[in-house]
Amino acid sequence: MEHETLLLRRFRVLTGALLIVWLVLPLVPLAIWSFARGWYFPDILPKGWTLKAWAYALSDTSGVLDSLGLTLWIAFVATALSILIGVPAGRALGLYRFRGKQMVELIILAPVIVPGIAVVLGIHSVFIRLGLTNTVFGVILVHLIPTLPYMVLVMSGIFSNYDPAFEAQARSLGAGPVQTFRYVTLPAILPGIIVGGLFAFLVSWSQYIMTLTIGGGRVVTLPLLLFNFAASGRNDITGAIGMIYILPGVLILLVTARHLSGRSGAVGGFGRV
Amino acid sequence: MTHVSLTDLSKSFPGTAKPALDRLSLDIPSGALTALLGPSGCGKTTTMKMIAGLLKPTSGDVTFDGRSILRDKPEHRGVVMVFQNYLLFPYMSVADNVGFGLKMRGVPGPEIEARVAGMLALVKLPDLGRRRPSELSGGQQQRVALARALIVRPKVLLLDEPLSNLDAHLRYEMRDLIRGVQRELGITTIFVTHDQEEAVVLADRIALILEGRLRQYAPADVFYKCPADEAVARFFGGQNFVPGRSEAGVFTSALGRLALPEGARPGPGKLTFRPENVKIGAGGENAISATLVERIYLGTQTRLRLQVGDTAIEAIANPDAVEGLVAGQTVPITLPRNSLWVLG
Repeated sequence: MEHETLLLRRFRVLTGALLIVWLVLPLVPLAIWSFARGWYFPDILPKGWTLKAWAYALSDTSGVLDSLGLTLWIAFVATALSILIGVPAGRALGLYRFRGKQMVELIILAPVIVPGIAVVLGIHSVFIRLGLTNTVFGVILVHLIPTLPYMVLVMSGIFSNYDPAFEAQARSLGAGPVQTFRYVTLPAILPGIIVGGLFAFLVSWSQYIMTLTIGGGRVVTLPLLLFNFAASGRNDITGAIGMIYILPGVLILLVTARHLSGRSGAVGGFGRV
Repeated sequence: MTHVSLTDLSKSFPGTAKPALDRLSLDIPSGALTALLGPSGCGKTTTMKMIAGLLKPTSGDVTFDGRSILRDKPEHRGVVMVFQNYLLFPYMSVADNVGFGLKMRGVPGPEIEARVAGMLALVKLPDLGRRRPSELSGGQQQRVALARALIVRPKVLLLDEPLSNLDAHLRYEMRDLIRGVQRELGITTIFVTHDQEEAVVLADRIALILEGRLRQYAPADVFYKCPADEAVARFFGGQNFVPGRSEAGVFTSALGRLALPEGARPGPGKLTFRPENVKIGAGGENAISATLVERIYLGTQTRLRLQVGDTAIEAIANPDAVEGLVAGQTVPITLPRNSLWVLG
């Protein structure tokens, strides 16, 4: 037995290391580029080092900071809306049986299956008529298409393990509807809200086609800016913006790695008690 | 001390033809411990949820001390329901669970702490406040659930199958605890159960509900001595039903002429008597001769299947008293006059 667990542990360490290499290695050139002064084939390392790309990226003229703020704002609002819609929707799907439930599940999942460009082209003509193109609000709305499925899926998983009788019990003990939500429902579903919210945030954060089409080039989020610099061949500035761009993902990965694995996992609820 | 009254309480669920509960009227005196007894699906849990405010009745009324409570929200009714699976909040300590109702009422922290300690002592779990519910045994969890309900001093306490998840020796311990605490605090208590033994052991009065309708509402012993009808008698283990006619204190049937107790219902009807009241042996009044069909040894008692003509009779006897009897032999039996009851 002991021998087995040792083997297993070694295997886990090995796969963990491979995963880190797989995820981190592609980022190394990006990091080097952002500090490089002249880096040409076939040199392994640049000729010299400089902070010029970073200084430019963080200056007012580049627009990176404005774009960062806008991207954060859009992702935050899209996440908040996803939570507001996804929690009740997930509750309905997780707790109740009703006619056409599978159809609803399929429709909610559809945006993940159908290519984004196909979805957004259809939405675009509708948004033009509604005057939502070229606006931040329009971009936020269209971001909900890819973010909601994750939120709803996570929440319906949480609620299928949840016993609503706890809420009846709380009411019977004298808790009002708001208190019941705060002290009984919320603690049970909070892990799901956090995980689903982080998914939603990252999905919104990484939207390109949808933002470009609906924003019409007026709503310049970080991925759009990044693409502009990459297309213009400024590898050093692209590297710096790229480093800024991956920051939230890395932070979220570090914070959630502990919670996503392990027993207290996010895909639980009261069911395990 | 709250007097609870149900008037023509009915509940129908959409899509079902038969109502889950059909015009239940019940008067529960303040401070009484009352059982709603019936097989699963008879409407008893529905009744509890309507009293607790977790379900709206289709028609009828529920009053506390004469005042209708149907418009009151569940949290304002002064009713606490203890569910069958206890529903202790898993991420709170035992003490936080018990103090939950007080916290919701805005009681200050130190007072909550003191009252929780007192309540945990009352249910004999004084040292477990810091534990998590998942670390407790089933019996302990139930006592925590009871403490959590009692601490808010409810007007009415509702218990859902309070003894059925417990094993035999815990049942009596819990029964004594519930009865003791209920007496001490004088809380009007209603519990539902499908187990007639649980109802008999715990309740002052039992309301038997069959198929959504109240069949009989009386102290436990009445269900054995004077059941309202055959279905009630059968629910309480009655097995002897002999059709015939009651006239002038005598019941005439396939068993011959049997003397009835005073006040027996006259006219055509069914005679019933408890298997445990059938006396083996001849002895004066109401003696008949029966044939033993089968003898079933059950440890503390022996069941006898007897036959008088075409009429089957079930009897329960002390194992020692019937040890020598063999199937096919003739056995004299006596049906004491006071154990007979005529159903309409």
